Amino acid sequence: MKAFGYQLPAMSSLIIWGLLWELVGQLELTFFLPALSEIFITLSEIIGTKPFIKALTETGQAFFLGTFYAVTIGIPLGILMGKNRFIDELLLPWVNVFLSAPLTALVPVLMVLFGFGLKAIVITTSLFAIWIIILNARAGVKQINPALVEMAHSFGASPMDAFFKIYFWAALPEILSGVRIGFIRAVKGVIIGQLLISIVGFGALFELYSSQFLMSHFWAVLLVLFTLAFSISEFLAMLERKVEYYASKR
Amino acid sequence: MNAISTSSKAVEVRNVFKNYGEVEALQDLSLDFPRGELTSLLGPSGCGKTTLLKIIAGLLPADSGEVMVNGETVTGPGPDRAFVFQDFALLPWASVIRNVAFGLELRGVGKSEREAIAEKYIADVGLDGFELKFPHQLSGGMRQRVGLARALSVDAQVLLMDEPFSAVDEQTRRKFQEDLLNLVKHENKTFLFVTHSIEEAVYVSDQIALLLPRPSRVSEIIRPSGFRDKGIDSIRRDSEYLDIVDRIWDSLRTYVE
Amino acid sequence: MRNRTLSLKILSSVLIFGAWEVAGRVPVSFAFPTFLESMAALWTLTIEGTIFTAYVETLKPLVVGVMISAFFGIGLGVWIGLSRKFDWFVSPIFIVMQSAPLAALIPLLIMVYGIGLTSKVFVVCIMAMPVIVLNTSGAVRNTSVSIIEMGKSFLGTRREIIMKIIMPSASPIIFVGLRLGISAGFIGAILSELKITPTGVGDIISYSRSIADYPSMYAAIFSIILLAVLFLNILERVEVMIFKGINKGLVSD
Repeated sequence: MKAFGYQLPAMSSLIIWGLLWELVGQLELTFFLPALSEIFITLSEIIGTKPFIKALTETGQAFFLGTFYAVTIGIPLGILMGKNRFIDELLLPWVNVFLSAPLTALVPVLMVLFGFGLKAIVITTSLFAIWIIILNARAGVKQINPALVEMAHSFGASPMDAFFKIYFWAALPEILSGVRIGFIRAVKGVIIGQLLISIVGFGALFELYSSQFLMSHFWAVLLVLFTLAFSISEFLAMLERKVEYYASKR
Repeated sequence: MNAISTSSKAVEVRNVFKNYGEVEALQDLSLDFPRGELTSLLGPSGCGKTTLLKIIAGLLPADSGEVMVNGETVTGPGPDRAFVFQDFALLPWASVIRNVAFGLELRGVGKSEREAIAEKYIADVGLDGFELKFPHQLSGGMRQRVGLARALSVDAQVLLMDEPFSAVDEQTRRKFQEDLLNLVKHENKTFLFVTHSIEEAVYVSDQIALLLPRPSRVSEIIRPSGFRDKGIDSIRRDSEYLDIVDRIWDSLRTYVE
Repeated sequence: MRNRTLSLKILSSVLIFGAWEVAGRVPVSFAFPTFLESMAALWTLTIEGTIFTAYVETLKPLVVGVMISAFFGIGLGVWIGLSRKFDWFVSPIFIVMQSAPLAALIPLLIMVYGIGLTSKVFVVCIMAMPVIVLNTSGAVRNTSVSIIEMGKSFLGTRREIIMKIIMPSASPIIFVGLRLGISAGFIGAILSELKITPTGVGDIISYSRSIADYPSMYAAIFSIILLAVLFLNILERVEVMIFKGINKGLVSD
C-alpha cells in the first residue's frame, strides 16, 4: 500500500485502528471499551505490581516448560518417524488425530490427574504444541533430497555425521516452521489452560478483573498478552525467513 | 514474399517507452508488423520482448508512445487480438472444451454456439476426442494445443504468442513449428511470435525483429526470402537459413552472460 | 500393501488402548478409569441417548458460529485479496488475531453477552474467523497472474474474472480454510461449554467430574474428540475428492 508516493509499512494500519479505538473510548459509547489512552495509563500502573508480575512469571514458566518438552520430544520423534517406516506407520494416525482433535476437552482430565496447578497447564501447553512440531520435523526429513544422502555416503560420512551435517540442516526449514506454529498454539494452550483452571497466572487475574468490572485492567492485560504472542510469532517467522532462502532452492 | 507492401501493416508500434521503476524495459521502440505474416521478436532474456508483446495485447500500459492495431490505437485488450500464453494459462477446473470456448464465453456467445466453434478448433489442432478431459490429464504439448485452439476460436486477426513452445519438449516443439507454418499459410492472420530460440525464429518467421537490451532497441530486421516457399522439409538444410542463424548468433553472443 | 497399513493401524490402536487399560488397572490415579470401563460408560450414555442430546446442544453454537464465520470470513477474505488498500487496512487485525490467544476474550464476552448462546457463538466465531479470512485472502491474492491476464486478454469483465477465474481457482484453499476454521470452532465450542455454562458434552464432563463418575467423564471426552476427528477427516476426504487435479495442471509442470 502506498500513500503520497511512500510505501506504507505492513501493519502500520494498526495505528489507525488504535486511533479509532481511542475515539470510540472517548465517546464512551460502551462501558466495555475504555479509551486506549486510559488502558495504557492503567497498564503503567499495574505492570510493576506483584499480582501482575506473578501472573506473568507463572505464565512464562508454564509456556517455556511446555514448549521445551514439545520441542525436545517432538523434533527427535518427528525425525525418527521420517526415517523409520514402521514407527511412522504406528504413530502417524495418532499424531494426525491429536493434531485435529479439540484438545480443550482434555483439560478437565489433566486437571483431575495432575491437580489444579502448574503441572496441568504445562502439559496442556505441550499437548497443544507438540503434534505440529512432530509432523513438520517428519515432513522435513521425508523431503530430503536423496542425492544429498548419497553424496554424504559416497564421501564416507558416519551415521552421526550424516544426521547432524545432513538430515538436521536439510530439514531445518520445515522444523522451524513447525516450531513457529507450535509456539503459536502453545500460547493459546497456556491461556486456555489458565482460563479453565483459573486460579493461576492470567486466568486468576481475569477472574479478579471481570468480577470487579475493571475494564481497563482487563484490556491492559489483553494488550500485553496479544503483543507478546505476536512478538513471539514474528520473531520465529523472522528466523524461518533466514533459512527459507535455501528451502526454496531445493 | 517480398512483394507485400508496407502500407498493409496490421500492427504498428510508435516510440514506445516503458520503465519498471528504475529499470528501463523499452526505450523509444518503433516496429511494424505486416498483415498476414509471422513476425518474431527475438532477443536475449531481459530485452523486453515479452513486455512489448503484453503492451500490444493491452495487458500492460506503455509509459508513452502508441500502439495501433488496424489503424486504431490500443487502450486495452480487444477482440482484434488473441493471446497464447507461455504457461498455457488453462483453467485447471475446466474441461478442454470449456477452456477452448472460454474466450467466446467471455464474449457472451451462447453455450451451444460456442461449443460448436470450439469443437471445430479442437479438431483443427488435433485434439479430437479429448473434449471432456481436464488439463492435468494432458501432456504439455496437448495443453498448448488447447491454448492455441482457444486463441483461434475467437477469430481475432492478430495472434500474440508469448514463447508458446518453450515449455514443451523438443520433439513436440518441432511438430508445433511445422503446424504453425501451415497455420500462417492457411489462416489469413497476423502472428506476433516471441521466442529466444534463434533456430525457431528463423524457421517460422517471415520477418525477424532482433531486439537487444540495455537500452532495449530493435537492432536489426531480417526478412528471410529464399527458403520460405521450398517446403518445410528442406528449410533446415537451406544455406540461407544457416547463414541467417549464424548471423543472428554473431549479433547476440556478446549479450549472453 | 493396504493390508500392511491396515494391520499396523489396528496394531497401534491395540497398543494405545491396551496401555490405557493397563494404566487404568494399576491404577496410575484414582481418577484414571480403564479403557473398558470408559467404553462401558459410553455404551450406557449411548443407550440412554444422553450423548446425542448433548451433541445437539454442543453443536448448536458450533454450526451457527461456523456459518457466520464462513459468510463474513469468505466475504472479507475475498475483498482483502482483491483490494490492496483494504488489505493494508484490515489484514493486520486478522494477522494479530491469528497469533493471539483469543480465548482470553471469553471473560469479556460473558460480561457483554451474558452466559447464553450468543456468547458461545461469539467464541466459536473469534476462533474460526481468522484462519478463514487469511486463507481466503491469500488464495485470492495468489491467483495465477497468467490466467487472470488470459481472462483480460479475452475481454472478461472484472466481474467475470472474479466469478469465473479467481473464485474457482481460490476455492480449494478457501475450503482448507473452512476446515481449519471448523477445527478451531470445535475448540471454541467445547471451551465455551467448560468455561461459560456447562451444557451439552461440557455438562456431562463437568457433572460426572463433580460426582467422581470418571468413566462417564472420559467417555464423553473420548466421544467428542472422536466426533471432531471423524468429521474433520471426512471433510478432508471430500476436499481431496472435489478438488482432485485442480491443484495440478495450473502451470506448465
